[in-house]
Amino acid sequence: MTERIISCSDALAEALAEEMERDETIFILGEDITAHDGIFGQFKGLYKRFPEKIIDSPISETCIIGAGVGAALTGMRPLVDMHFADFFTTAMDEIANQAAKIRYMFGGQAKIPLVIWAPDGGGLSAAAQHSQSLESWFIHTPGLKVVVPSEPADVKGLIKTSIRDDDPVIFFQHKRLFSQNGPVPEGEYFIPLGKGDIKREGNDITLITYSRMVYLSLEAADQLAKEGIDVEVIDLRTLKPFDFDLIAESVKKTFHALIVHEACLTGGFGAEIAARIGEELFDYLDAPVVRVGAKDTPIPFSPVLEKFVLPQINDIVEGVKKVLNS
Amino acid sequence: MKITKDKKLSLYKKMLTVRAFEEKAGELFAKNLIPGFIHLSIGEEASSVGTCSVLNKDDYVASTHRGHGHMIAKGADPKRMFAELFGRTTGYCKGKGGSMHIADFSIGILGANGVVGGGFPIIIGAGLSIKLRKTDQVGVVFFGDGAANRGTFHEAANMAAIWKLPVIFVCENNLYASTTPADYSLAGGSIAGRASAYGIPGYNADGNDILEVREIVGKAVKRARDGKGPSIVENKTYRYRGHFEGDPQKYRTQKEIEAFKSKNDPIQLFKTILKKEETLSDKIDKDLREEVNAMIEEAVRYAQESPLPKPEEALEDLFVNP
Repeated sequence: MTERIISCSDALAEALAEEMERDETIFILGEDITAHDGIFGQFKGLYKRFPEKIIDSPISETCIIGAGVGAALTGMRPLVDMHFADFFTTAMDEIANQAAKIRYMFGGQAKIPLVIWAPDGGGLSAAAQHSQSLESWFIHTPGLKVVVPSEPADVKGLIKTSIRDDDPVIFFQHKRLFSQNGPVPEGEYFIPLGKGDIKREGNDITLITYSRMVYLSLEAADQLAKEGIDVEVIDLRTLKPFDFDLIAESVKKTFHALIVHEACLTGGFGAEIAARIGEELFDYLDAPVVRVGAKDTPIPFSPVLEKFVLPQINDIVEGVKKVLNS
Repeated sequence: MKITKDKKLSLYKKMLTVRAFEEKAGELFAKNLIPGFIHLSIGEEASSVGTCSVLNKDDYVASTHRGHGHMIAKGADPKRMFAELFGRTTGYCKGKGGSMHIADFSIGILGANGVVGGGFPIIIGAGLSIKLRKTDQVGVVFFGDGAANRGTFHEAANMAAIWKLPVIFVCENNLYASTTPADYSLAGGSIAGRASAYGIPGYNADGNDILEVREIVGKAVKRARDGKGPSIVENKTYRYRGHFEGDPQKYRTQKEIEAFKSKNDPIQLFKTILKKEETLSDKIDKDLREEVNAMIEEAVRYAQESPLPKPEEALEDLFVNP
């Protein structure tokens, strides 16, 4: 399979173009997606190629998501663009009470092949209402799948799988990663949901992370390598379902675990992973599991404040040392 | 709209079926035989049956918490409906939905909805899907006077109008949103009147007159099928029972309820017309009622004899690809 270096943004557009070419039931609905190919350029070239299938919506997030549900119930495979993940609040009923529940509460009569695509994350001084990492809300709602890719190849492989999946998928992409480059296979390329990836092999500690924190974790691992600490970095890629087997295999080798996510610490997905490790791998642990996450505040505007609230490379380095020195 | 005598009798029988179903459900609920809670549509039969009578089997309906009538009117099987109300495996939703979340996708019912106003966005999606697939289907969203005040109503009406979607907003204005009177909560006083803000037709119908409901919803359906876009129809009607069974109903008087029952009962009004034009005789009326009652009794028997789900079946039906 040939690979080229392209960005996360281009990887998404390429994967969607391939899928739309193949399946005419796929369409994209969202705000401001025709004039500039999406506000992050994430749908580059799609409107020109599929003018009937790229639909600009009024500012009506509730109906954007709800229309995605209704279209999915009646033979289409929509991808709805949430614009910013923060705006999920305006459409929570359509996600939590409709998309997540319709198949179950109607006894399996219906399927909902819907992708809800949402740019999330901070680091752009976009402040409290444009910077959040909200994955835990959806993980805590049975009936939804949650995908959080980091590198461009994973974006391509996971969006293609998500589009073909018959269940509702919340697909987050971190805003700071749209221009992140990486090798991406040409043509058909799929990554199954629920399969994590070891982004760096190591023997001293298992660092479990996802989304943008993968890159910060890899940099932290490089720094720690200079001090002789060998970090294994696991990118979960999918949080629901999530690849606990991969974590278990690694922890059984390293006997140490650190979890890193950008979402605020309390009630974050790290708590779930830590609990599972405690329940199932207690005998393999040489030290307590430690979590690194954002501080429990809204994301502030001033770069100085934002940097303080969000996890930085140094926090990850300190987290590793805390585990290993305890 | 032309209508044969046979068709009229079949509409009459459908209305009797809805009422018999609802009365039986109320009776069984009062005996604690149905778990949870139920919302009955007695008094609103002209709206459900009249509206669904101008739809095809493959047309879509987004229903409400008061949805039994919509189901029966669209062609659902009372046996499987009662089985669902009893929480049995033979129910439409295998006992996972109950009264408030009942659906039959095989006849285009996209589900009752426990969230007031939850059907609007779903019917927009169905309408968009119809348009993209280029079929001649239409979608109807039933909603109450209370749901007309949800933000979903505005977003959906606006979207349907700008995209000329083949959908019909059918309001069943029964004068009360749970306990809150429509004349208190509804700015402007008219739901059909709100249509003008979206540049689409808004029609008022006597929601207790099935022929008028058919006529007006039929016009809106034709408009939608012809690609001319959405309409709002406001069927003015009345519910005889409380918002839910067991509702103490302190917000209205027994006198008011009796007045509607004696003057505006949709079944009685239709019966009067049918008898006057000699479509219906006392004998046919009696036979139809006996037939309907026997069918309902049989449906209840079927439901009660159906197996309960195994507890671990609670883990099924969440995902297509778990």
